[in-house]
Amino acid sequence: MTETAAKKENVFDRKRTFRQAFLDSLPVMAGYVVLGLGYGLIMETSGYSFLWAMAMSIFVFAGSMQYVTVSLLTGGASLITTGLMTLMINARHFFYGISMLGKYKDMGKEKPLLIHTLVDETYSLVCTRLHDEEWFDEKKYYLYISLLNWSYWVVASAAGGIAGTFITFDTTGIDFAMTALFVVIFTEQWLSTKEHLPALTGLGASLICLLVFGPDRFLIPAMVLISAVLLLLRKRLEEK
Amino acid sequence: MQIDVIHSIAIIAVVALVTALIRFSPFIIFPAGKEAPKTINYLGTVLPYAIMGMLVIYCLRNTSFASAGQWAPAFISVALVVALHVWKRNTLISVLCGTICYMVLVQTVFA
Repeated sequence: MTETAAKKENVFDRKRTFRQAFLDSLPVMAGYVVLGLGYGLIMETSGYSFLWAMAMSIFVFAGSMQYVTVSLLTGGASLITTGLMTLMINARHFFYGISMLGKYKDMGKEKPLLIHTLVDETYSLVCTRLHDEEWFDEKKYYLYISLLNWSYWVVASAAGGIAGTFITFDTTGIDFAMTALFVVIFTEQWLSTKEHLPALTGLGASLICLLVFGPDRFLIPAMVLISAVLLLLRKRLEEK
Repeated sequence: MQIDVIHSIAIIAVVALVTALIRFSPFIIFPAGKEAPKTINYLGTVLPYAIMGMLVIYCLRNTSFASAGQWAPAFISVALVVALHVWKRNTLISVLCGTICYMVLVQTVFA
């Protein structure tokens, strides 16, 4: 350990870093309250108590996949179908990992935890939000963001399951919360960059594959087409 | 509702295992110190944008155009979410208003 590194260690302020992480994670908390409650609620109305919802939120922690799992559970899907669906819907996490290889390189014993909790929302915070104040403890920040988001999700889905028993109003359409969140993230990404080709590729290729292959089997072709188009556009995109 | 506990646990275990496999494999295939191929790094930077577009389409995949009641609620609500988000840049407001709008539309206006 060099002297400068040791010095740096002293300057880091974990409390301030945590406060910053908490503030940055508030929008995620809000989104998760809606989505997590909705998820717990749907599980409850499908016959799965809040303990099931909680267990899934702890061990799987993947919002969209958990919603899809509800229909797999109620439909009594085969394990092969389940595995393939998971592979398709969560394949994007592979690329989150790829782009975090550098940042998570020296995370030590907390690394497995960070990898397990690398969901869309956590990724969106740890890949873009950078603070360069001298008190900012980057490694702890990643850990705090990951743990905060994970706990919001677990608590919200459990609460949804518990509340589901008491709720008497019509909850039809509450699953739109997931669509809304993806639209929000898409819009947020759109506003954050001038290069819209990747986003348009995603929309266009998926739409074409949806029309060609139908709603039940367009995800894999769409991902292949997206990767192919993005590789073809590589020269153009890397020039900028 | 009666649930099949054993099969349900099996389904959840498969989802958890496959998800973990996907999340851990980049770090296992490209361990610290070993440089990932440039192509993989390039895909890592552009794919998140494209995948989010794909997920939006995925959410709307079962939209039918047979009658207005089947597509209008989703399209109106998506438009509202985008407009609200461009205006306020607040995830809570956008998600909450969009969801309420959709619920009201499917339960009353287009019921």
